[in-house]
Amino acid sequence: MTTARVDYRSPRSPAAFAATGTDDRTDASVFRRRQRRRSRLTALAFLAPLVLYLAAFYVYPLYRNLDLSLRDYTVRSFVSGDAPFSGLDNFRTVLHDLTFGPAMRHTMIFTFVSIVFQYVAGLALAGFFNRHFRLAGTLRALFLIPWLLPLIVSASTWSWMLNSESGVINYALHLVGVSPVDWLDSPGWALTSVIIANIWIGIPFNLVILHSGLQNIPGELYEAAALDGASAWQQFRRITFPLLRPVSAITLLLGLVYTLKVFDLIWIMTKGGPGDASSTLATWSYQLGFGTLLPKFGPGAAVGNILILIALVFGLLYIRVQKRQEP
Amino acid sequence: MRNRRHNLITAVAAIGALTSLAACGSGADSSAPGSGEAGGTYTFWDPYPQFDTSSPWGELVAKCGSDAGVEVKRTSMDTTDLGNKALLAAQQGNAPDVMLVDNPVVSTLVEAGILNKTSELGLDTKPIQRNILGAGEIDGASYGVPIGANTLALYYNKKVLSAVHVDPASVKDWASLTAALRKVKAAGMKGITFSANNTEEGSFQFLPWFWGAGGDLTELNSGQGVAALSLWKQWVASGYAPKDVLQNTQTTTWQEFATGDYAFGENGTWQLGNADKAGFDYGVISIPGRNGGSAPVPTGGEFVTVPVQKDASRYDVSKKIVTCLTNSANLLSTDNTLMYVAPTATVQAAQVKSDPRLKPWVRAVAAARGRTSGGLGTKYPTISQPMWTAVQAALSGGKSPKDALDAAQRAAGKGN
Repeated sequence: MTTARVDYRSPRSPAAFAATGTDDRTDASVFRRRQRRRSRLTALAFLAPLVLYLAAFYVYPLYRNLDLSLRDYTVRSFVSGDAPFSGLDNFRTVLHDLTFGPAMRHTMIFTFVSIVFQYVAGLALAGFFNRHFRLAGTLRALFLIPWLLPLIVSASTWSWMLNSESGVINYALHLVGVSPVDWLDSPGWALTSVIIANIWIGIPFNLVILHSGLQNIPGELYEAAALDGASAWQQFRRITFPLLRPVSAITLLLGLVYTLKVFDLIWIMTKGGPGDASSTLATWSYQLGFGTLLPKFGPGAAVGNILILIALVFGLLYIRVQKRQEP
Repeated sequence: MRNRRHNLITAVAAIGALTSLAACGSGADSSAPGSGEAGGTYTFWDPYPQFDTSSPWGELVAKCGSDAGVEVKRTSMDTTDLGNKALLAAQQGNAPDVMLVDNPVVSTLVEAGILNKTSELGLDTKPIQRNILGAGEIDGASYGVPIGANTLALYYNKKVLSAVHVDPASVKDWASLTAALRKVKAAGMKGITFSANNTEEGSFQFLPWFWGAGGDLTELNSGQGVAALSLWKQWVASGYAPKDVLQNTQTTTWQEFATGDYAFGENGTWQLGNADKAGFDYGVISIPGRNGGSAPVPTGGEFVTVPVQKDASRYDVSKKIVTCLTNSANLLSTDNTLMYVAPTATVQAAQVKSDPRLKPWVRAVAAARGRTSGGLGTKYPTISQPMWTAVQAALSGGKSPKDALDAAQRAAGKGN
């Protein structure tokens, strides 16, 4: 703000100067006031694009979603726009629905198992690629493929590979003498299958961020540790892990938010089925809002808001942890 | 700091005012053109994105517009999108002038109050077969003119059946069908494929068996309902049907049947074109009822509807467009392109004359029921969803057919 004001002190506005022809005091104060207003307007103009963007793409949709979840929408009142305010009724309906328990459980399992495996695999690979061997760059690039593929492609491919009749994975199991598994068609395996696919998709993200984090750890520390006779494990425990903590925290948080809301992968592979064996809050929300012939916008929006709330809690947790780390 | 926050608030308020103004502006704009004048542009939505403007269907729509003295702006979208988009458009006050929708969606749109009655528009629905029209009727009033109908039957692979010496004509009830499947399986081939996925398609494919047992949608867990689900479960458990029916769409289940390994495939009229390309001899039989006879099958197919407009003077032209699209000559060519059965007896006769393969389908359509018929209306969606969930739960081995349908009935009861 101050820099903008300094700018306007310079005689760049001939019109303003023409107006203040005399040395009159009141004129000067008018001039100053006008200048201040002008600079404020300029500041607003600079701010406007961002605010406009935030309002159109964040505030308004969030407001609409909240509004949807707090009103008793039927298809009729959705069209006429006179849905009565119903307070937390939609949330109550959703919380008492028989699908809520399983969907919540599946969301948590899906998210935490995915993140743990993605992080561990990403860290292991990052450490591996940090050793700068020949072709490391090429190999690392190959590991990025899951990230670059459109999700519809990777999810469809996984669902073909895991197909219980003609899938290549069951064929491979058959070759080594294991009886076929109904990956996507049995309630016991469906969630595991989508988690496996999701871990595969999430590893590159963890790999890239953790790898860049590793590169920021100065090599002298390892040299010094080696001179002191620290083993590889001790080097990892005492140097790598603590110094990587801030990067790890952001990786885990972003991974958490991404994974909580995973919808397309599950929808393409199992549609939340069989039954509701792999339905999460995200797929359930879609199912309620768009998955049947008679949309239930209110409860659908309520589930979406619960999801946002969970992400928010973890976001705040992250900020707290970060604050504590910075002395 | 305080100053800055103040500015920010004013800015946000200003933007809010701006965007809402813009929204009003666009709403007013879209309803303005063409109103009252001769000519103008009429909007038209359909779920046939596979047909572009140069296709016979695209040309027919354009021609019906120019015959009525207007230009028709046609928009095609996926059938699942169409219902939601229609609701949104109606909310914004810019619903299309004429819209083709899948028949079970009609009741939802009527519930939303955005469709006109055919009687109020003065559209003639007398020549149309009662049961086909019924899918678009709510509380005795009809809300659209069917463009054509399709339904389900069993395709069979002649080579597979003759290899196990099963005469398709002997498949008359569930017992004879299951016996045929047993023979096919014993000979190392595959029995039957269908779609039992986690969407409306799953319910659509299950209904012939559910109704064929004498089931009633208002009581999912009746003995008849349990019998139908037990039949499917028995097939999957004995390996007569593959486990991946749980994920099959009607397209992928067709692809399975088209491999030539399967004896039977449950699918619709619309696959006839693909059937000729499959490269093996096939036949079609009606889906058998539990104790013989043809099972009632659900009607598929779209209705031409006229959504409510603020400007009632537009209906005259809309009516002309609908009448043009659904006259006998145009129905014949449209239904031949779509591989649908026409909704009127005259056109059906013409269709069978030119293509005898349609004969079993005409018979099947005559025995078909609308999913939302029988006073169900928008209750159907709240029944259908628990039903397909129950099918999934039972076939995947999670629950017994009885338990699954009990749970479904509880959920359906709550939904009403």
